[in-house]
Amino acid sequence: MNWLDYNTRVVLAGTVLLGVSSGVVGTYMLLRKRALVGDVASHAALPGIGLAYLIMEQSHPGTGKWLPGLLLGAALSASAGLLVSHGLRQIRRIKEDAALGITLSLFFGVGVALLTLIQALPTGQSAGLNDFIFGKAASMVASDVVGLAITACVVIVVCAVVHKELALICFDAEYAAAGGWSVGGVDLLLTALVIVVTVLGMQSVGLLLVVALLVLPPTSARFWTDRLGTMVWTSALLGGVASAAGVLLSAGVPKLAAGATIVLMGTAGFAVSVLFGRRRGLYWHWRAESETRQRVGLDDLLRAVYEVIEPKLSSAAADLTAGSVSLPELVSSRRWSTFRVRGLLQLAQSRGLMRRDAQDRFHLTATGRREAQRAVRNHRLWELYLIHYAAVAPTHVDRSADAIEHVLQPEIVDELEELLRDSSRTPAMPQSPHSAREAGGM
Amino acid sequence: MTVAYHRRPVLWNIDYDAPAARLVAIVGPNGAGKSTLIKAVLNLIPRASGEVRFFGEPYRQMRQRVAYVPQRTSVDWDFPVTAQDVVVMGLYGRLGWFRPVTRSARRAALESLERVGLADFAHRQISQLSGGQQQRVFLARALVQQADLYLMDEPLAGVDAATERTIVNLLQDLRQRGKTALVVHHDLQTVTEYFDEVLLLNTRVIAAGPVEAIFTVENLKRTYGGKLALLDQVGHQMTLTGRSP
Repeated sequence: MNWLDYNTRVVLAGTVLLGVSSGVVGTYMLLRKRALVGDVASHAALPGIGLAYLIMEQSHPGTGKWLPGLLLGAALSASAGLLVSHGLRQIRRIKEDAALGITLSLFFGVGVALLTLIQALPTGQSAGLNDFIFGKAASMVASDVVGLAITACVVIVVCAVVHKELALICFDAEYAAAGGWSVGGVDLLLTALVIVVTVLGMQSVGLLLVVALLVLPPTSARFWTDRLGTMVWTSALLGGVASAAGVLLSAGVPKLAAGATIVLMGTAGFAVSVLFGRRRGLYWHWRAESETRQRVGLDDLLRAVYEVIEPKLSSAAADLTAGSVSLPELVSSRRWSTFRVRGLLQLAQSRGLMRRDAQDRFHLTATGRREAQRAVRNHRLWELYLIHYAAVAPTHVDRSADAIEHVLQPEIVDELEELLRDSSRTPAMPQSPHSAREAGGM
Repeated sequence: MTVAYHRRPVLWNIDYDAPAARLVAIVGPNGAGKSTLIKAVLNLIPRASGEVRFFGEPYRQMRQRVAYVPQRTSVDWDFPVTAQDVVVMGLYGRLGWFRPVTRSARRAALESLERVGLADFAHRQISQLSGGQQQRVFLARALVQQADLYLMDEPLAGVDAATERTIVNLLQDLRQRGKTALVVHHDLQTVTEYFDEVLLLNTRVIAAGPVEAIFTVENLKRTYGGKLALLDQVGHQMTLTGRSP
């Protein structure tokens, strides 16, 4: 790490702790369905910064930039903002999103107005209050980071202590209330934690972007786990990594703001999680779906081939691989498009289930024969089962069987076979209750 | 007691004393205030007037002896917890503030899941359970509390036959052990079969008492008003089961 200068290392440490603590707090906030509270808190903090600067400058000229004072002002103003939005929500015609939107813009507007006034003051130019809007991680000094680190650690410890209570309220607040838990108290604590993290993040990420640190890591973490505990620390990890990567990237490229790079890194982590997260990533979902589609399609194709070849054979004992089908035969036996049949035939050939001869006719391979027999057997067992047990009208059988046979487990098939041995004419391979032509014409 | 939303009473002059060791069905049309009654009793909704006592004491002191089974649709089942995690929540009250979940609490939750036939599903995320299984998880969360009084909001709504059987058996088991259950119930046809007592509710108590005496077509007409088609069905059902309507 000797290629990093001292200041970058300080900024790195502070920002990573911020990322970790916001990842933790953000998880509960998200699960309590209060994701936007962080956004309102950060925007509502701006007038507090302006007012704190003015008050400090007024009482002791030159002390206006004292960071703890500014952050305290920010926290108070953010709390006031949340109180206002809470108050607005008590009015019946105002919904939650409207209440949050009104408060957010009102406080931010007042804040911007105050900052413009401060800019006009003789000392205002150099105050650098605008840095709180977009963040300026590089301006952090060691003493700031120590305070930030301690606060972030306190936030993490508090969350660990009340994890059980937060989880209960997030999952089922009504049940919690019936059990005597103070839902309001826990909510208040959570809101306070959100405000603290927001205010801490303003300096490095900026108030416009700090909500990303609260929302992106937990949303990403949800794609990796189904357990709340795991989600909390995954979110913390993602928040920390995004912050570290963002600071390093910004240190490597001159003039690139750390706030933006941190948020972009967080978004990159989010994109990867949505696509590849083990629990519900879109890629896995898509892959499972396409596998099912292929399996179902192949079963359908093999059954169609079987049913076209079967009547042509001289006896039931004749070898299925000796028979062949053409593309038009298959197309007319089922109501499929030529395009679909071609695709399925290609797939069957690539899997070694079928082969094409010089006359452009298709044959089952030995593997294909085995698979076709399995599919047909499954299908006919189900058809019989439905006819005998489920009182399904015979004309509807083929259609319902089409969907249902693919969920059959081998053990159930065996059980069905046992069950239907008496009723079927040829136990090893029961006849289809209706002919192949009839089935295809449905 | 009386409960009001925005000055319009939803429940009016409710005076009811639940008998011990009995299964009580709370029956009434939509909007009669069945869920509201349970929530008001549990202090979840402020009461305009009146008082509720549990075993002679206010609810505040009797919380551990009362278990609540909310409607299944009242929570987000996508929440990242397993069935066992949800059932453990029934023991949070006993654990108290800031205490982490103990191993014995997790074991008790597992036993409770076993009672509702879900031992094999304990480690499943709750969205991967069927509606009936989710309802049983809620029931297991109430059972693990080992309460004496159970307040259940529509536990039999939209569940499969296996779940209905399990829940009814559990209710009867509770009664045998001297526990009381107040159950909001929507299916008039099964009231006589499953319950001992019935509370007919439509903003006020229409009638309450043993099913044989109270669950009559006359009383149901007063509860449901003009919905006669439904009542005819019930009357028919009751004739079939050999009881005079």
